[in-house]
Amino acid sequence: MIKVDQELCDHCGTCVAVCPMDCMLLSENTLHIVAEQCNGCSACVRVCPLGALIKIEKIGELSQ
Amino acid sequence: MRPEYDIVVVGAGPAGSLAAQVASQQGVSVALLEKDGEIGIPVRCAEATSEVDLQRLIDIQPEWIANYVTRARLFAPSLQGVEVPLPSRGIILNRRLFDSGLAEVAARTGAEVFTKAYVSAVDFSSQTPLVTVNYRQEVKQIRAKIIIAADGVESRVARWAGIRTQTVLKDIESCAQYLMGNLATVTDSIDFYFSSRWAPGGYAWVFPKGKHVANVGLGVNCARLNNHKPLALLDAFCQELLPQGTRLATVVGGVPVAQTLKQIVADHLLVVGDAARQANPVTGGGILAAITAGKLAGAVAAEAIKKGNYSAKFLLKYQREWERTVGRDYARFYQIKEWMLTLTDDDLNRIADSLQQYAPGDLTLLTVFKVALTKHPRLLWLALKLFAGYN
Repeated sequence: MIKVDQELCDHCGTCVAVCPMDCMLLSENTLHIVAEQCNGCSACVRVCPLGALIKIEKIGELSQ
Repeated sequence: MRPEYDIVVVGAGPAGSLAAQVASQQGVSVALLEKDGEIGIPVRCAEATSEVDLQRLIDIQPEWIANYVTRARLFAPSLQGVEVPLPSRGIILNRRLFDSGLAEVAARTGAEVFTKAYVSAVDFSSQTPLVTVNYRQEVKQIRAKIIIAADGVESRVARWAGIRTQTVLKDIESCAQYLMGNLATVTDSIDFYFSSRWAPGGYAWVFPKGKHVANVGLGVNCARLNNHKPLALLDAFCQELLPQGTRLATVVGGVPVAQTLKQIVADHLLVVGDAARQANPVTGGGILAAITAGKLAGAVAAEAIKKGNYSAKFLLKYQREWERTVGRDYARFYQIKEWMLTLTDDDLNRIADSLQQYAPGDLTLLTVFKVALTKHPRLLWLALKLFAGYN
């Protein structure tokens, strides 16, 4: 499961370009992730220039 | 905002504004929709381009130009540098003024321009596509015979028409840039730094906008990012090479270094600019590509409206024109980019070493490329393949 740090996100859309499942929704000023569509590949986490996306393995647990 | 237009252009960057301008010049009705509150902001661009190439495409206004450059300095990981004159004078743009200027020209030719107009959906399944726009706290619906998707690297409009736009990691660079002040810039040179320390699979740049101010940034090939974050890499770069610099603005973004999408038209749709992955795969430069594509798409879209034919088959004319004019060259550049990705820091240092025998002024970009090839002889076949019949 991928979480967005809304404070850090600059809405640049790099994650949208690489998401194979089309689950990154960039609206005017928020990035929203359609969790049901996400396959957990983490491409978005890797490409974010700011580190604003975080993969969470289990609820409540942060992965590195 | 009217309920119906011949053409809706999504995104008012250079590609969208040129498409809107060229189409409205033909007398068709055009709405140009920009999601941000001000056209040209944020500036997600290093802002360098070639003056003559841009001049061939548009009338350049003096206020759009921040600075002129005549040479490039390329630095190896060892920081040994080589200097080459640019094939023609380069300009560092004020993209903020440039982008709003281009939208203004589109408006003067008759296009209706809307800011804070966010397109949340396009329904391509109906007879005439239906565009849903969030505009000033209201949800509006517009019918348009043709949609031009100029919605940038984050494009989703093309996906709604069933075009696959997802880009693989090696075909996109993750970038960070500061507008930096308090520098003593070399105002007539654009500087490139190649090193896996700062920009694995890409490069760092210093593009002067004036005596003390420059765009300082870097792009990392996403397949080489591992756990690095471009903004952190940029901080390391600045700390080492420009410690006195002060950060006046921060931007980040993705730059396609891909081949153009296989499909850039569909029924009722044309895709242009970064949305179509139309950028120079070696440099990541996208301004000239976006303007070229925007003009071609605007002309074909207007013709389609006049003929009442909005089929992919008709709109394919735009794709063919793109391939004929720029696409073919970019396909070659893509091969060069793939080759550059194989170069190690040692390779780059050796190339810089061998270039020291040339007197400054004798070097050209072609010499640099030739020397690079002799240091990497196995790749000579690629050069032969690329440049056979290429003038």
